[in-house]
Amino acid sequence: MNTKLWSRLFVALLALTLIAAACGDDDSGGGEVACAVGETDGDLNLYNWSEYMDPDLLTAFEEEFGVSINEDNYDSNEAMQPIISAGNSGYDLIVPSDYMVSILIDNGDIMPLQKDAVPNLANLADEFASGLPFDPDADYSVPYQWGTTGLGVDLSVTGPDVPETWGLIFDPALAAEYNLEGAITILNDPRETMGAALKYLGYSLNTTSIDELNEAKAIVADATNRVAAFDSDQYDELLVSGQAAVTHGYSGNFLVQFFEADDPDQYTYFVPQEGGTRWVDNMTVVADAPHPCTAHTFINFLLDAENGAALTNWNYYASPNAAAEPFIDQEVLDDPVVYPADQSKLEFIADTGDFEINFSDAFIEAKG
Amino acid sequence: MTAIDAPEARQATPEFEALALRQERRRGFLLALPAWIYLFLFFAIPFGIVVVYSFATRTSRGGVALSAWNLASYERLGEDIVRNVLVRSLGLALLTTVICLVAAYPFAYYMTTRSTRVRNLMLVFVMIPFWTNFLVRNYAWRLILAEDGPWNTTVDTLGIDSVTGWILDLPSWIAPDVLVGWMADVPEPLFTKLAVVLGLVYSFLPFMILPLYASIERIDSSLFEASRDLYASARQSFLRVLLPLSMPGVVAGSILVFVPSLGAYVTPDILGGGKEVLLGSYIVTQFGTARNFPFGASLSVVLMIVMLTATIGYFRSGGRNL
Amino acid sequence: MTDSVRTQTSQRVLGLHAVFVYVFFYAPILILVVFSFSGDRLVGRWGGFTFDWYGEFLDNEQLTAFHDGAIWTSLKVAAVSTVIAVVLGTLAALSLERFRFRGQRVFDALLYLPIIIPDVTMGIMMLIFFSEAITFADTYLGFEFAKGLKTVVISHIAFNISFVSVVVRARLAGMDSRLEEAAMDLYATRWQTFAHVTFPQILPGVLGGALLALTLSLDDVVVTQFAAGPGATTLPVFVFSLIRRGVTPMINAVSVVMLVASLLLIALMLLADGLRSVADKSS
Repeated sequence: MNTKLWSRLFVALLALTLIAAACGDDDSGGGEVACAVGETDGDLNLYNWSEYMDPDLLTAFEEEFGVSINEDNYDSNEAMQPIISAGNSGYDLIVPSDYMVSILIDNGDIMPLQKDAVPNLANLADEFASGLPFDPDADYSVPYQWGTTGLGVDLSVTGPDVPETWGLIFDPALAAEYNLEGAITILNDPRETMGAALKYLGYSLNTTSIDELNEAKAIVADATNRVAAFDSDQYDELLVSGQAAVTHGYSGNFLVQFFEADDPDQYTYFVPQEGGTRWVDNMTVVADAPHPCTAHTFINFLLDAENGAALTNWNYYASPNAAAEPFIDQEVLDDPVVYPADQSKLEFIADTGDFEINFSDAFIEAKG
Repeated sequence: MTAIDAPEARQATPEFEALALRQERRRGFLLALPAWIYLFLFFAIPFGIVVVYSFATRTSRGGVALSAWNLASYERLGEDIVRNVLVRSLGLALLTTVICLVAAYPFAYYMTTRSTRVRNLMLVFVMIPFWTNFLVRNYAWRLILAEDGPWNTTVDTLGIDSVTGWILDLPSWIAPDVLVGWMADVPEPLFTKLAVVLGLVYSFLPFMILPLYASIERIDSSLFEASRDLYASARQSFLRVLLPLSMPGVVAGSILVFVPSLGAYVTPDILGGGKEVLLGSYIVTQFGTARNFPFGASLSVVLMIVMLTATIGYFRSGGRNL
Repeated sequence: MTDSVRTQTSQRVLGLHAVFVYVFFYAPILILVVFSFSGDRLVGRWGGFTFDWYGEFLDNEQLTAFHDGAIWTSLKVAAVSTVIAVVLGTLAALSLERFRFRGQRVFDALLYLPIIIPDVTMGIMMLIFFSEAITFADTYLGFEFAKGLKTVVISHIAFNISFVSVVVRARLAGMDSRLEEAAMDLYATRWQTFAHVTFPQILPGVLGGALLALTLSLDDVVVTQFAAGPGATTLPVFVFSLIRRGVTPMINAVSVVMLVASLLLIALMLLADGLRSVADKSS
């Protein structure tokens, strides 16, 4: 092959790219804007998890404020983050989970909240109003909904007295006792799955000890032999269609699925006694949002007591909105899946910085 | 001989022939120009970004630091984990390509023996399934391959499971481990390698059929018939006439299947249960959960250099035989 | 005589093989169609016959809204990107197979890159490129544009050009160029030669390339996801965002509607073709 031409092409490319990169570095900025309560500055571009927003609420907002809402959806934090971090995404409001909020803050991808424009912040329950580890002073983010990660179990396979432990996945003897060979699915997510293993071993799921991680890797590798699939999307369907008996997944998904099953009592969801993940999704305004004021007004709108309740009644995830409680269906409030009684052993996933690479590698190595 | 060969023409030239040659070159260049400009602007420059990123550093927050240039991402390519992923992916992609080739060749040949209208219909009906959503197609395969699904029932009724069982019982010196491993999965393929290969073959078979058909169709059928008239056996005329003449299609099809198989990640996740980490998933992981853009970039760059060299080499050698 | 028998048998075997290939292609499609009529929201669990999902699909504004619904977005992107890619890709194929020019080898290599690049890598690079380009255009060129339909179309063309040109080249490679030379010897102009000799010969390749481009564009998720902006959601991206909460038979219904629509289109074309040939004969 003609090396001269190759190298010429390469150099030309490199030069052009460097110029482009150099020109692009001075973005963010955007200038400070001050928004009044209820102010709108154009149509809202919302980037949210799929089926997480009651369409009636969107319509209500559109009617009340005379702007329209453009909602696009993503299926994971990791799918959304590069799009926002690259800049010029065109989106105003996004709903990242806890650890992702701290990453976006550090990257300068989201703007500080103008608390004056959001008087309904007062409706938040105390534990959500401030002091969350990823945004201690709540300067950037407003909690949207929260939930847990745990196990959904088909009681017709395991029998009614199934122990609430991660051992169902990680302990071969226990898995054999409850007929779980080839009937387990675990999340295809390094932090959640390594985290579950770490919790089972009694460690923090945010460990930065390579030894603890290696221990966890060993038991995940062992579990791989019993696992039917690593699945982050269809585990609830696999459970209720009888293809899996113990599945690792997010609380709200299970609830919706159980609710529609022929016999809801056949299934149960719990966070194992060793503890597990708790997560909060948060509304944040993108740093280069074209319509920051509409975004703030929308946050305020969702924090309204009745609107917050409507959201929980629609998607079965727990609400951080204390004022909304009187309007939430009693059966949702009483459901231990939505509102777990003991939250002491639950942990938020935190970004571990450079150690993230170890989580990712360990997970892939565990799969073999 | 397809066009004027430059050095030769120059040696033998009266002046106006040199002029004609220059004009010829300009014409060729002008024809290519629109695509040249387009690809330069909207592919080469963006790709330059990837190349630049591959020499950058991951910040502890998963961003990209453009200031600290280094080869760290390329050094990681030597690690065991990368080699394992690579070997596994190459094997599966190769297997997929071979199966596609074997399935597509007779099909494409059969198409060329039909009337023009039937051919066109056959071609369109190959593509139609792919105008449905690919995710939905993959989930449909999941249903087919599931326990007690149509696949399982068919295997049972046709007695294929007893055949595979028989192979499994063979002494190990006759049936190698690899074969036994695959055979064991036949009755219930969901969430196994077999399901992954099946899903990949399904997804990429049309990519093999299209170029194969295009290249077999243009072969002068009289050549094939002539060879038969000269009492060549069917096998001989296939190997000596048809196959060499259709080589460009074979090569193009193989590349169109091999490359996306290597990069596939949705099918291995859905049908293979995410248990086999293939190159595609590995790169996705780097750009996704690991937020390690420089490593993802270096993986892509090396993969592309290797594939490009192979492709061009393959094409040029294939082209010479004509 | 034995020879024709042998040919017949081999034709039959080949025909049988073709049937198998079609069964393979259509087996999942059959499943997909069946479950679009199932009353259960879980695809795979039969819940009694119903048209509900078709109703739900028609009511879904995100999908069907004229102009900015996901279906229309998909169709627009596929149509525009296919047409442009077919023109550019065919020209590129012609220039590479029929001419020799400076920079040809580099162009050749560049043309293969979009085929061998992994989806995600292309998605990420388009994402960063457009984001930088928007800033660049705004600061230095003084015009504003945003990510949306246009950026999606631009990226689809970028990969489709290459796929079209590979298929067309497979057709052109070694195609007898003596016909073209003969035409030119008979004083046909370049253009006449192309229109009357070359083009009809490469048409199957061009059509094949167009089919491939259309299919790739209709099916792409990854590149689209990264290149798109607010409101430019194509059908595959929409479906992909649903998987965590469960893909309901509504998506099957969408697929069935698209299948039926394309079948109708093909039937229409056949009908037109048939009428034309009848007209040709009678005249």
